[in-house]
Amino acid sequence: MSLWRIAWRSVRQRALASSLTAFSMALGVMLLVAVLSVHGVIERSFRNNASLGYNMIVGAKGGKLQLTLNTVYYLSQPIENVPYDFYLEFLSADRRAAEMKNALHPDQDRRDGQYAAYVELAIPLCLGDYFGPFRVVGTTPEMFDRLRFGPEENEQYEFAEGRNFRLWSPEHGFFEAVVGATVAREMNVKLGDRVSMTHGDPEGLGHGQKYTVVGILAPSGTPQDRAVFISMEGFYLMEGHAKPLKDAAPAADLTPASAPQDGSSGDSARAADPTPPVTAAGAPQLVQKALPMEQREVTSILVRTVSPLATPGLQNTINEGPSAQAVLPVREIYLLFDMFVRPAQSMLLFMSGLICIVSGISILVSIYNSMSERRHEIAVMRALGAERTTVMAVILWEAVILGFGGGVFGWLMGHGLNALAGPVIEARTGVSIGFFDFAPGIDLASLVGAGGGGWEISTELVLIPALLLLAAGVGLLPAVTAYRTDVADSLGK
Amino acid sequence: MSMSERPTSVLILENVRKSFREPDGRELPILHVAEFRLAPGEQAVLVGPSGCGKTTLLHVIAGIRRADAGRILMHGTDLLQLSEAGRDRFRAANVGYIFQTFNLLPAFTALENVLLGMTFTRRGRDERRATHLLERVGLAARARHKPTALSVGEQQRVAVARALANRPQLLLADEPTANVDRGNQQQIIDLIRDTCREERVALLLVTHAREVAEQFDRVEQYETLNRPAVVEVTPAAEGGSP
Repeated sequence: MSLWRIAWRSVRQRALASSLTAFSMALGVMLLVAVLSVHGVIERSFRNNASLGYNMIVGAKGGKLQLTLNTVYYLSQPIENVPYDFYLEFLSADRRAAEMKNALHPDQDRRDGQYAAYVELAIPLCLGDYFGPFRVVGTTPEMFDRLRFGPEENEQYEFAEGRNFRLWSPEHGFFEAVVGATVAREMNVKLGDRVSMTHGDPEGLGHGQKYTVVGILAPSGTPQDRAVFISMEGFYLMEGHAKPLKDAAPAADLTPASAPQDGSSGDSARAADPTPPVTAAGAPQLVQKALPMEQREVTSILVRTVSPLATPGLQNTINEGPSAQAVLPVREIYLLFDMFVRPAQSMLLFMSGLICIVSGISILVSIYNSMSERRHEIAVMRALGAERTTVMAVILWEAVILGFGGGVFGWLMGHGLNALAGPVIEARTGVSIGFFDFAPGIDLASLVGAGGGGWEISTELVLIPALLLLAAGVGLLPAVTAYRTDVADSLGK
Repeated sequence: MSMSERPTSVLILENVRKSFREPDGRELPILHVAEFRLAPGEQAVLVGPSGCGKTTLLHVIAGIRRADAGRILMHGTDLLQLSEAGRDRFRAANVGYIFQTFNLLPAFTALENVLLGMTFTRRGRDERRATHLLERVGLAARARHKPTALSVGEQQRVAVARALANRPQLLLADEPTANVDRGNQQQIIDLIRDTCREERVALLLVTHAREVAEQFDRVEQYETLNRPAVVEVTPAAEGGSP
């Protein structure tokens, strides 16, 4: 009969005490797994959001963090807006001309924007409205056509249903919307639904304008899951969105004949493609007054520079100017992470570790308390020929069975909890988590102080040897007691 | 090899001494066996009143307690020359032990208790032999029962099977009938003696019951065998003794 079976029988013999002891360990491990999972969710959420597909945000001067939170996570309120013509400085000559044409502003000095040489991609964002609790983002179709996300920044946004919105379409004019996966689920939005926004905050006044949902994004685990996207032109045409200017030019009719047909790709397409004539009868929204350039503003601009080398120069130039500030969002995100999130995570991990140690001590107390009644059994085994080290090993096995068994049960409970909480976590953070999702990896080389070696292992897999060590550690004292048991004295008891 | 180590004896005790330390630090001699031999397959009974130290003698022979001096030879091996772990291994392989209180482990079935006796030897477990022994003691049908489900007599029979599991050369039985009723007493004694004969195991049985002792051809009185009073542990006394 193997030693572990002898230990297992002993554990079973004290079923209630053993179960309670193992359960206390299970609770500790469950908590640890839950904390590690939350840690993973936060880490993944930050990683996802730090893999933005752009490397600079340009917005009104003010707090860098606020601009980042507002632009990346759609949190907090926008600082202020920047003028539309400042946004045009990031565009090439063709694209600039097209945008100006849309804004009814003749491009008299056809030229590249001031910063265009440094910029590969510039996507404007207009924020301020809500759909239910979710942010409405006025932007261009490039948001989903050209931006990439994911750890390698190579994943394209996919549509679970429908298509990307267009700047203008024959069916819906400027008023198309794409909703994120979470928005669609929470607000029960379906393709073809006509939705309206509220102004300023979730409880604000509603705009009368309706937008037709033409696309529902597949879940991406990014903040885009929790936002509604409409075209910038559609955003500007919402009531109260015009910048109040004394000398603003009067709004002019923008008919399908002059409107771009498809803004999904390059500027030349939008500038040059003729739009087929559309009868406006029965579709009054197809004939709209476009907002002149002087009344347009953007909240922020997502910028991807042509090369990382171009970034510092562009950032300095913008920051030294009077109109706007440029921030590097990844830096801000990681500053935020290091300043607030990581210490909280460390504290939680520390406390969970303490709970595991307390659970381990309960194993020690349980086995140690049983030793007085076990001395006789140990003495019998010794009398049958078991060596001191053998009975010591039996007790260590017992501790390992309780610690490891409880730990595995706790691991299952922790992951079960993850599976149960998965939908809520996904809805709130955009990060999907299921039963088989492990906590993020740690670098083994960095664990032993050898720097980053790229040899990553899930923290939870480190938990297994740690639990075995803990169990063996707490089993040591009772095991030594067993080792020192006087056979002749104990046989008589 | 001297005459005293002739292989016709499975067990030889020579000048075996054991004393315990009193709380005040003085040594209290409790055992001095000048000479004792047991031939292979021989059955002897050691008789003495309760509390006179018979169990201590069995513990010393089994290597559970280490004697202070003398020689305990089994098959040419002197137990006093072995380390504690060595004595444990030697005991597991060569000595069977039946306790007064049976000492079956409650977490294990009758069969597992017998197998447990085999666990600590290098030979390993032999389930066929364990089953055979349980059949031999009349408990084949009770093999899967735990001790709490067995009667007192049945528990002692399991203990007999366990003691014989490793094919020992010597079986030490410490008051094996002290806790069984008179009806079971004779059955247990017969079982022990018969199985020892069948297995060719030497038997040293300790009892205080006259009716048990009378059944053996060789009866040793503990007071005669053990003369701790003549043991003088101080060098002066040792030198001056006749």
